[in-house]
Amino acid sequence: MTALITLTGVNKYYADYHALRDINLTINTGEFFSLLGPSGCGKTTLLRTIAGFESVSDGVVMIGGKDMADVPANLRPTNMVFQSYAIFPHLTVAENVAFGLRKSEDLDKPTKAKMVEEALTMVGLAGYGNRAAHALSGGQRQRVALARALILKPKVLLLDEPLSALDKKMREQMQVELIRLQRQVGITFILVTHDQEEALVMSDRIAVMFEGEIGQLADPETLYRRPNSRRVASFIGKMNFLDAEVKAVVEEIDVTVQGLGRLKISAEQAPEEVSVGPAVAGIRPETLGILFEGETTDRKLVDGVVDEVVYYGDMTYYDVRVDGVAQPLNIAMKNLIGRPVLDVGAKTRVIWDERSLVLLK
Amino acid sequence: MLSKFLSSENGRGLLMVSPPFLYALLLMAFPLIAIFLFSFWTQDFMTLDTTFTLNNYREIAEKPIYGALLQRSLFVSASVTAVTVLLAFPVAYFLSFHVRPDRKSLWLFLITIPFWTSYLIRVFLWKVILGYNGVINTGLINVGLIDEPLTFILYNVNAVIITLAHAFAPFAILPIFVALEKIDRSLLEASQDLGESKFMTFMRITLPLAMPGVVGAVLIVFIPTIGDYVTPELMGGAGGKLIANMIQTQFLALNNAPLGAALAIVAMLCVTAISLTFVLINRRWLKGRS
Repeated sequence: MTALITLTGVNKYYADYHALRDINLTINTGEFFSLLGPSGCGKTTLLRTIAGFESVSDGVVMIGGKDMADVPANLRPTNMVFQSYAIFPHLTVAENVAFGLRKSEDLDKPTKAKMVEEALTMVGLAGYGNRAAHALSGGQRQRVALARALILKPKVLLLDEPLSALDKKMREQMQVELIRLQRQVGITFILVTHDQEEALVMSDRIAVMFEGEIGQLADPETLYRRPNSRRVASFIGKMNFLDAEVKAVVEEIDVTVQGLGRLKISAEQAPEEVSVGPAVAGIRPETLGILFEGETTDRKLVDGVVDEVVYYGDMTYYDVRVDGVAQPLNIAMKNLIGRPVLDVGAKTRVIWDERSLVLLK
Repeated sequence: MLSKFLSSENGRGLLMVSPPFLYALLLMAFPLIAIFLFSFWTQDFMTLDTTFTLNNYREIAEKPIYGALLQRSLFVSASVTAVTVLLAFPVAYFLSFHVRPDRKSLWLFLITIPFWTSYLIRVFLWKVILGYNGVINTGLINVGLIDEPLTFILYNVNAVIITLAHAFAPFAILPIFVALEKIDRSLLEASQDLGESKFMTFMRITLPLAMPGVVGAVLIVFIPTIGDYVTPELMGGAGGKLIANMIQTQFLALNNAPLGAALAIVAMLCVTAISLTFVLINRRWLKGRS
């Protein structure tokens, strides 16, 4: 794994608005990297900084070991798939894809035509070359934008919310295709998205951004299972938050969690700088359970009352009130054979396990 | 039956366009038909002979003055169009790309300032500027750049071109501005992202996408300038008279409405032919690129 892009102390100001706050980031060759965050968190600004459309107010952007400070967008080894796809409306599909090849004077016309056809085949648009660009559907435009960027064999492909304009089915299909494409071409992909599921599905590593800074940088599993803060935990998936108090930190951590009582958790379930005092414990809905009639468990149980039921078909989401917990616990249950959907007000027992707890900053 | 038709979608549409349609019929179609018919008649002082004849057209074809005037008119119109559009493009570009969005309407408003005064007054102002003892000449003499007044800027074709180009500038700026405004800015970034410099991005993206506006501007300027007779009358002197002045002379001074009508028809056909050719060439050029 070699570092391809290095951002060191990058800051960006718009007048008195601080858009990027001291970003330090290394992205490796061949990596599928995602910038994830709510709108306005600076993820697109960061991407545009790498592309060369935004200058940095402070700090260094290096691509392939070269300082990009004086390199304009058209000379950077990056290509971008725009959110709007930016397909040139006055050109055909083939002309769009061949747009960036004009400068490759060592290639003759038939070679270029062959490259265009190969690129179109790669994105599943073989034979679409003569179509007018304005006659394409959203998904096809996206593929043309991909082919247009990949034909130039950039070191980095930048994707600015490329799937946000597609419907759900199309989006899921394109997610899989993008992963396949990235493995096939071996180019570093940097994806900007506000969709946490998309980031989890596609990325090798994810940087979660809030208000211009990186909240957590980790692989998808770590991010989901061990979020380092409450804002990361609530942005990625669903999470129940419980007030807690750390009693002692020895090898294990001795903690009281409201509703669940006193328990011990391992050090890796807590931030490194954990200390005695008040804290917040998080627990994912799918790691909690409801003990249905006729089922047994060897895990811990706590009594509760169903407060809300949301039926999703394959899943049912319950909000269950537990004595001593301020907010009802959100619990996700698979609708397995024989399991009823409980009614609001039903008395029930909640299954929990301290191994799925995380302590948050 | 009729009330049913009038309440239908089509019926209501027709009802809505019928007043302007009747207006256009009265003020456009009837005069055009009248001119067309007149051009095949003859007039002898005050009496009109309505037997069909091609004599008027024959006279236009045989006497070189008419051809020369028409040629000069087309040359002036083409020059005015070229000057106006070439000068309007940078203005429209600046307005669209470099003016803050909240200031754009103010700028458009300022561009219409020349229209606040009557056209005649503006023409006379150009006389003051370009004249023998005008602003330009006295200015240049006073700074010592020239010894005697420049004469090639008034009472000739140049003066007509300068005056008309100024008068038509807003008509050229607006359609080009609209075409430029419609260009998605991410297309320009995409072009740069794909390796093109700012200049090549302009050549490959901005200019082709602005062409509909340029075509509109060319037609809007070219077509009315052929018919203008006030400017050449006041600014053109003896050598700057155009076909429209001749038409006016035939109708009013020489009492030869049929010949005037035939001249008008010929001029109109020329304009139509040139405009159509221009539009077709442009369409082919754009298609050839897409």
